[in-house]
Amino acid sequence: MELDKIIDPANRVYSRPRLLDERTMHYCPGCSHGVVHKIIAEVIDELGLEEQTIGVAPVGCGVFAYNYIDVDWVEAAHGRAPALATAIKRLMPEKAVFTYQGDGDLSAIGTSEAIHAANRGENIAIIFINNAIYGMTGGQMAPTTLEGQKTATTPYGRRVDLNGYPLAISDLFAKLDGTCYVTRQAVHTQASVRKAKAAIKLAFQNSKANKGCSVIEIVGTCSSGWKMTPEKANKWMEENMFVKYPLGDLKKEC
Amino acid sequence: MNEEVRLMKGNEAIAHAAIRYGCDGYFGYPITPQSEVLETLEAEMPWETTGMVVLQAESEVASINMVYGGAATGKAVMTSSSSPGISLMQEGISYLAASELPALIVNVQRGGPGLGTIHPGQSDYFQSTKGGGHGDYHLIVLAPSSVQEMADFVALGFDLAFKYRTPSLILSDGVIGQMMEKVVLPPFRPRRTEEEIRQQCPWALTGKKGRGRNVVTSLELDSAIMEKNNERFQRTYREIEKNEVRYETHHTDDAEYFIVAFGSMARICLKAVEEARAEGIRVGLIRPITLWPFPYDEILRITEGSKGILVAELNAGQMIEDVRLAVHDQVPTAHFGRMGGIVPNPLEVLEALKTNFVK
Amino acid sequence: MAKIHGAVTIDIERCKGCNLCVVACPTDCLSLKEKEVNNRGYHFAYMKNPTACIGCSGCATVCPDACIEVYRVVEK
Repeated sequence: MELDKIIDPANRVYSRPRLLDERTMHYCPGCSHGVVHKIIAEVIDELGLEEQTIGVAPVGCGVFAYNYIDVDWVEAAHGRAPALATAIKRLMPEKAVFTYQGDGDLSAIGTSEAIHAANRGENIAIIFINNAIYGMTGGQMAPTTLEGQKTATTPYGRRVDLNGYPLAISDLFAKLDGTCYVTRQAVHTQASVRKAKAAIKLAFQNSKANKGCSVIEIVGTCSSGWKMTPEKANKWMEENMFVKYPLGDLKKEC
Repeated sequence: MNEEVRLMKGNEAIAHAAIRYGCDGYFGYPITPQSEVLETLEAEMPWETTGMVVLQAESEVASINMVYGGAATGKAVMTSSSSPGISLMQEGISYLAASELPALIVNVQRGGPGLGTIHPGQSDYFQSTKGGGHGDYHLIVLAPSSVQEMADFVALGFDLAFKYRTPSLILSDGVIGQMMEKVVLPPFRPRRTEEEIRQQCPWALTGKKGRGRNVVTSLELDSAIMEKNNERFQRTYREIEKNEVRYETHHTDDAEYFIVAFGSMARICLKAVEEARAEGIRVGLIRPITLWPFPYDEILRITEGSKGILVAELNAGQMIEDVRLAVHDQVPTAHFGRMGGIVPNPLEVLEALKTNFVK
Repeated sequence: MAKIHGAVTIDIERCKGCNLCVVACPTDCLSLKEKEVNNRGYHFAYMKNPTACIGCSGCATVCPDACIEVYRVVEK
């Protein structure tokens, strides 16, 4: 069969999500953020929530998320997204409200806001991208950085005697009475993207239905920060990140 | 419900006035001497009546960021705190100003610096009027000197905030917050509907319905655009300076000397003026009500050619800098201040006036 | 037996040459251009073996820049 016969709108099985903005994303080649943006855009579209969703963007690489997903957005101060989302959702309980945060934003500077929003059972979805590093500022250590991992501020590898232990913060979220759904996913293979998308969809449904706080951790790569090719970064993630941050549901009460 | 005459604390008046204004949300954290604002709101349970959201946050940092999120939706939202808590909020306040969001912040000041004291102070004048947080911005700063004004300035603060899309600050202090007075509470106003917000605040995050997406952000990496944004902020501030200067005068017509004071200190100074006049010293009082915009021209006009201006404050000398700017140092100025939570009596003020000017 | 024909189109100016689609492809259909680059200087992806494509969408699913569209025809 000739190519031009196959390439026909009638045969299209995968296309760019309608709610993904036309502009090219600023992320580095191979960055997990792009995949997560894509599936969030798909989920909002599939649930028909385009006109009822408010996103809260973080500080970090995800700061420009508002440029890419075509819904209403507010850009928060570093770490404070769950506080903004709390107010937005309480003032407009019928909306779907989500935060998009990295591991520096959520598990370092914004721990307090994230934990308390989750513990109060705010009806929001927290999408948490954990790539074990501060990407935007040039690859410094995050609370999630693995033991021995080299970063700009741990050039000889993270030492727990100096820098403490890697923080698996989703384990903490799962212990809180206010969370209804805590899961850890990845987006490096077709199968994992499918699962991550289902998790994000459930989180949005939980927000819309006021079921409590959902935390979707996506273990991702930062090939620039890790100084690896995207392909190698995926392998390194599987071999190292998944040991400390194993994938799967940590809590599902929804 | 109609207006109502009640006896209550200034902090309580803030809470009642907020509910009656049709405020959509209050987010706060306990700190002396302002905790009655949150306590009163929780006791009144406005979510059962007007639908107002009231939430005790985990910190002042969270409070102000809840206000930031709420303000982004076009709702009338507020917080209150006292000096150390307001310091924690400065980043969020800067974001509100930079994102051109209306909001109301109440500072029931205590003496500083640091943890300072729980007793009254006015030492947050610089912080309130000169920025506080990072970047070139101003807040509209209202300084109440009675419980009545605590109530009135809630509506005024919100109205100005929405008119100019910039946060307002009520700069009160522990005296006004804690003292009880008669207050006329305004009639209840309904909260705005989402449809009204869509019409009145087309920038608000109400969900992308019938329009392109709205984005509320203070970030802009293109310096040319960012400078334009700053120029727009400054144009708004010039507009506010032109239209919104508020002040009050007492016994100024024939005055040879002047006292300039705001908030609780102005009450004390009014008594000092009366004492001085009983002794035959012709003193007038000027009370700036808006500390920003500051009544520079008005103070110059009223005090021109006079023999001296005493600026009385519960601090080491902050507003006096603006008074000196107002009169271009053409009129002699002196400062009287108490710190650490001390509230002086009128005779101390009178004594300071005499020592400095009435030889 | 049904025969599956697949094809992809790649928005080459959007492609950053990350190679993740190439790795994800189960039929070794895709590759990065070795010499040619797009306007931003990236060696973009292309269908090296078009006939190998089964339209599984694996490449497009993992593409962080959403530059791949997938087409699929099942011939009975």
